[in-house]
Amino acid sequence: MKKATIQLETLACPSCVQKIEKATKSLAGVDKDSVKVLFNSSKVKFDFDTEKISIGDVEKAITALGYVVLKSQVKDK
Amino acid sequence: MVRFVQRFILSKKNHITLISAILIVFGFISGLGFQNETVAIWFLAIASMLGIAPIAIQAYQALKIRVVSIDVLVTVAVIGAFLLQNFEESAIVTFLFLFGAFLEQRTLNKTRSAIKELTEMAPESALKQMENGVFEEVLVDEVDVGDILLVKTGAKVPVDGTVLSGEGHINEASITGESVPVGKKKDSGVYAGTILENGTLQIVADRVGEDTTFGRIIELVEEAQDSKSEAERFIDRFSKYYTPAVLGLAIITWLFSRDVELAITLLVLGCPGALVIGVPVSNVAGIGNGARHGVLLKGSEVIGDFSRVDTIVFDKTGTLTIGNPEVADKEFYTDNVGGVLAYLASVEKESDHPLANAIVEHIGDTTLCRVERTDVVKGAGIVAYIEGHRVAVGNVTLMERENVHLAEKARADIARFEKNGNSLVLISVDGELKALMGIRDQIRPGVKEDLQKLKKLGVKNLVVLSGDNQGTVDLVAGELGLTEAHGHMLPGDKSKYIEKLKTKGHIVAFVGDGVNDSPSLALAQIGIAMGSGTDVAIETSDVVLMNSDFSRLPHALGLTKATAANMHQNIVIAVGVVLILLASVFLSEWMNMSIAMLVHEASILAVILNGMRLLRYQL
Repeated sequence: MKKATIQLETLACPSCVQKIEKATKSLAGVDKDSVKVLFNSSKVKFDFDTEKISIGDVEKAITALGYVVLKSQVKDK
Repeated sequence: MVRFVQRFILSKKNHITLISAILIVFGFISGLGFQNETVAIWFLAIASMLGIAPIAIQAYQALKIRVVSIDVLVTVAVIGAFLLQNFEESAIVTFLFLFGAFLEQRTLNKTRSAIKELTEMAPESALKQMENGVFEEVLVDEVDVGDILLVKTGAKVPVDGTVLSGEGHINEASITGESVPVGKKKDSGVYAGTILENGTLQIVADRVGEDTTFGRIIELVEEAQDSKSEAERFIDRFSKYYTPAVLGLAIITWLFSRDVELAITLLVLGCPGALVIGVPVSNVAGIGNGARHGVLLKGSEVIGDFSRVDTIVFDKTGTLTIGNPEVADKEFYTDNVGGVLAYLASVEKESDHPLANAIVEHIGDTTLCRVERTDVVKGAGIVAYIEGHRVAVGNVTLMERENVHLAEKARADIARFEKNGNSLVLISVDGELKALMGIRDQIRPGVKEDLQKLKKLGVKNLVVLSGDNQGTVDLVAGELGLTEAHGHMLPGDKSKYIEKLKTKGHIVAFVGDGVNDSPSLALAQIGIAMGSGTDVAIETSDVVLMNSDFSRLPHALGLTKATAANMHQNIVIAVGVVLILLASVFLSEWMNMSIAMLVHEASILAVILNGMRLLRYQL
């Protein structure tokens, strides 16, 4: 398990949080309970299993919703 | 390709808003000014189609993951209006929705600005020593624990670290709020985000990135701003079902009345915008104000509890007093003062008790004797052997244990010292009392005024608990105007006392310095740490007063009260507007889709602007 933080450009409304949360949680390899979408700082935080999914896959799922990823960071848990 | 078009449209949302505004103006000019209906309709229809594009894309993305968002409501409503050939309404509704979102974004960014200011203080680059020994500029992300870094005058310290060589003065305002520069030399600790005002330092990185104290403060504020209170969680759950419910209501209305206009108007005014955004905005602005003023509030739950606090319990030493005791009074019962002082200093050098430090400092330079054996008597003092003499240093209890006879004069002195608020240290040599010292801690400047402010804010009980003797505690309480004072309290007694207050139905805040008081901090509904950027204080408490600045406490309480009130106002505005709109759609003639959208957007802006007032709050 690794810990990831994805910095998005900006989250416009609370329903963005709902959308991103739902999309991220639905990905296999992402620990559902760890997903946190911080509205005010426009960050997505979650733990994920590197053998099942890559950070790039999560970024893709989020950009598919129309959001822009500024940078992402992966750390050991 | 489709995705690219989608993203392009979304990124040009503001341009689209502007263009559709211009088209709408042209539409009205040609319709009303030149009486040319056909051209007017074309302008308005194009404005609608252009305007709905980004909204529809967002609606589609939401539906794809089975979320019925506000965009869905608006899209359905606009498509309906379009089919009814009511182009004026469809154009105005899309424009107002987009323009509202634009204003919302602008104002929201303002409420978020406090945290942005904080993150912008984080260092971006560092001078790192490479394998060849040369320092090169790298991004701060590329620094690892153990790297050697160079910090030059005027630069930000990139990581938490230890000084390896060099000397200088550092402004630690970003961590402690205190802008007086602190001198640093070899082995001093330095914090990320602080600024080296003069000198050059080489440091070893101990903690990097988010692990630094500064990183953790930012993270705490970020998470606090996003933390949800019970009320917010309720609104979240509510809005999850609310939006689909509005959609359902509109469909039912249409089925029964066959009035498409009415159904569409319902969709528009049912947007829960102000309700969803009102409470978090107050929360974010309140926490942001705190972060700027040296108060870390950990979440909206904390705000709610703190705003209702009626009892504040204080630890004495380090909280109400400076925590740096000094020898204030002394009496000797011997002619050989120098000899006694030499013994005393020798024994106290062995201890790191605050009172011992005060004595050692007071005595200053003296010849030290070899201490042969020391026994620490818990809660009483120290017994030691020097040059074959039995020397006891401690309180009255220790003297009784040592069978030291206290003469009339000594007893009178002890009573007088205690009355003056001193902690007592007695020294006996071979069972004979030689000296008495009274040690006193200074009350923090300004504390009295701050406590008055707390009373004015509605705190009924101000209690001090301390391990010190009752006389000292009473004196402090009297001087400061506290309502209760209890001495001789061990950490366990303190938490029991807090438990008792809680069972009596009081809402209790405990203010301590965050290290030895952690049980009480955890037990009280609100744990307030006087933190100087230390880990324990930041982590174990609900509220942190940065740099142990007591004067931040009234500000913190006033701020949480203002924030809680602000949240209530926003709920009233949001619910009130929806109720009025709903009533007027069924009962009035004038309500239509555009007016509903206008009022709806206005209410969103109203709650955001109301929330923003908190950014300027000052007690």
